[in-house]
Amino acid sequence: MSFALRRNKTTSDTPDTESKIRIRTIETIDVTVMIGSAISAFALSQLLYETILPVSGALGFLLTWYVFFIAISWLAVREIRGTVRAKDHLARVAVWTGASLAIIPLVLVVLYVIGKGYHSLRPQFFSQDQRYVGALSDSTEGGGAHAIIGTLQQVGIASLIAVPLGITTAVYMNEVKGRLAKPLRTVVDAMSAVPSIVAGLFIYAAWILALGNQQTGLAGSLALSVLFLPTVTRTAEVVLRLVPGGLREASLALGGTEWRTTSRVVLPTSRSGLVTAVILGVARVIGETAPLILTVGGAFIMNWNPLAGKQDSLPFFVFRLIRFPQEAQIARAWTGALVLLILVLVLFVIARAIGGRGPDNISRLKKRRLKRKGLA
Amino acid sequence: MPKSSQVDEIKVSLLDQNDSEVRINPVIRRNRVDQVYRSVAAVSGSFVFLVMALIGGFLLYRGIDALRISGWGFITESQWAPDMGGAFGIASLLPYTFSIAFVALFIAVPVSIATALFITEYAPRRIRRFLTATIDLLAAVPSLIYGLWGLFYLQPRIITLSKWLADNLGFVPFFKVNDDFGTSLGVFPSSTFVAGVIVSLMVIPICTSVMREVFGQAPPGEREGAMALGGTRWGVVRDVVLPFGQGGIIGGSMLGLGRALGETIAVTLIISPSFDAKWSIVEQGSNSIAALIALKFSESTETGISALMAAGLALFIITLLVNTAASSVVNRSRSGSATEI
Repeated sequence: MSFALRRNKTTSDTPDTESKIRIRTIETIDVTVMIGSAISAFALSQLLYETILPVSGALGFLLTWYVFFIAISWLAVREIRGTVRAKDHLARVAVWTGASLAIIPLVLVVLYVIGKGYHSLRPQFFSQDQRYVGALSDSTEGGGAHAIIGTLQQVGIASLIAVPLGITTAVYMNEVKGRLAKPLRTVVDAMSAVPSIVAGLFIYAAWILALGNQQTGLAGSLALSVLFLPTVTRTAEVVLRLVPGGLREASLALGGTEWRTTSRVVLPTSRSGLVTAVILGVARVIGETAPLILTVGGAFIMNWNPLAGKQDSLPFFVFRLIRFPQEAQIARAWTGALVLLILVLVLFVIARAIGGRGPDNISRLKKRRLKRKGLA
Repeated sequence: MPKSSQVDEIKVSLLDQNDSEVRINPVIRRNRVDQVYRSVAAVSGSFVFLVMALIGGFLLYRGIDALRISGWGFITESQWAPDMGGAFGIASLLPYTFSIAFVALFIAVPVSIATALFITEYAPRRIRRFLTATIDLLAAVPSLIYGLWGLFYLQPRIITLSKWLADNLGFVPFFKVNDDFGTSLGVFPSSTFVAGVIVSLMVIPICTSVMREVFGQAPPGEREGAMALGGTRWGVVRDVVLPFGQGGIIGGSMLGLGRALGETIAVTLIISPSFDAKWSIVEQGSNSIAALIALKFSESTETGISALMAAGLALFIITLLVNTAASSVVNRSRSGSATEI
């Protein structure tokens, strides 16, 4: 039996030089076994597939190939390396399979939405509404500007409500550390599990039925902020926890008040993380459909005012149009879905780009600003 | 106003002779700004409590009329006809809601365990960050888009699998299909199974991120010890990482369950509503509380809305219970009480 942990050849030859022990070594024989198993599994499934086995189609073929590959490579590894390594090999294949099962759908979804949506994507999708569009007119006519504006306004208002509240709540849990901090954490966790449709129902019951308001963009943004608040709070709390305690203590030791410590030391240190938290929250909320069905009303014409009258939103627009029987309407829905997906992806990439930098890395823009002040 | 808060007095308490510990208790005197800051933070913190109480309160307040009409029938009745003065209840909705969630978990939990293990144990260091970002992206894609993809792309393809299950495993009640229709492909779309598969895509990122975090905290000493004893990577995973991460696996799965129970849009797009609870998960017709609310909302009158509010309250309570239990499990495993080293 051979060991998984083996030293590098160079290390054993010259024990004096300290070189890194490599835990994982991939040798030519391992690779050869894999390739050989794949090829022979392919050949075997070619031979047996659709003649003996009860499977068909491309998926059936891939499945057969996969099963044969596992069996053959297991046998091969067992011959060469022994049963322990063969088990290790099986586990490795299982883990790789699971990880690709998580990632493949994402790729498929993105590609499929692009493929379905780009046909009818025209510049006027961003500038026109559905005012002069009938169910039978061409899918390239009109646009979703009213829905895009609605979504941006609703998400904007929701973040105006939720972001300050969320960050202050996180500050309370992590900096003030008041008596309520512990139960608060439990409640924030619970709040993040509120189903989105329940948030919509709540705003409908409280804001529309009880207070006598109409379905407006504002009602939608209230429902969104119910979902947004716990997301921001939780991620902001994680970010604040990453700020080293030494910084806080240094500030307090220099005579800084608690407020100064938070506002001048903790929050600026974690700024990039907080921005990431907010953008990720926006990316989640921007695609919420269920609460908006109950609260914004939906409209096919532009409504610039989120405070009065029914408004549309991009996800709701897609959700309504996709259930029409007409091809053109469905095509329009796919275009909306593509725009929505692009919005989410762009937000996500921005969030990653900002969050990728640690607190000690200063961006180019900030360096310039510091230089102007003569600090760097 | 004082310039800054100072350490006002330093209490040095020498304990008794046996215990020579010197305890320093700095008492910080807070100025007015600090007091305002603390109370503002406390107020916004308690706002969360308020909102949660209001959600429960308003749903109960609006739903109580319907609950009065239906009485205990709300739990035992499987029809949903509140607008015509008929009976209504969640007796068929609850099993459907849970079976969609369980199908989702059945797929999501193994995949998430594998993905989390892949990220923490198997993946090369360089692509770890990329993978974590990809899983986060999976969570950021709107459920509407998953629903659309499921409806147009996945459903026509996956019903062949449903048919295969019905043909070959039909003796299991879950995969049994009513014989009147035969097993033509037409009876398989819009089923619990298809909805569950789609919902699993939304559950995977949640489970994975919890499990990844817990697996990453497996004690490095034991990990290296297992390696040093000649264990394979699988040996380390089986004997160190998985036992240590048990709490994370359970808690992550329950968090996923909470998410799956409340998933609305994707389920609404996939299912065709059915009010007769049945064992088969591959046969057409399914339902969920969230989807019912989304579908019936626009066509409901006063009693109907009230009944939907009551259903929403039931969903709210269920997800609350599931999630609170889940976070307590996760927190316990995070705090390290699950391990003794």
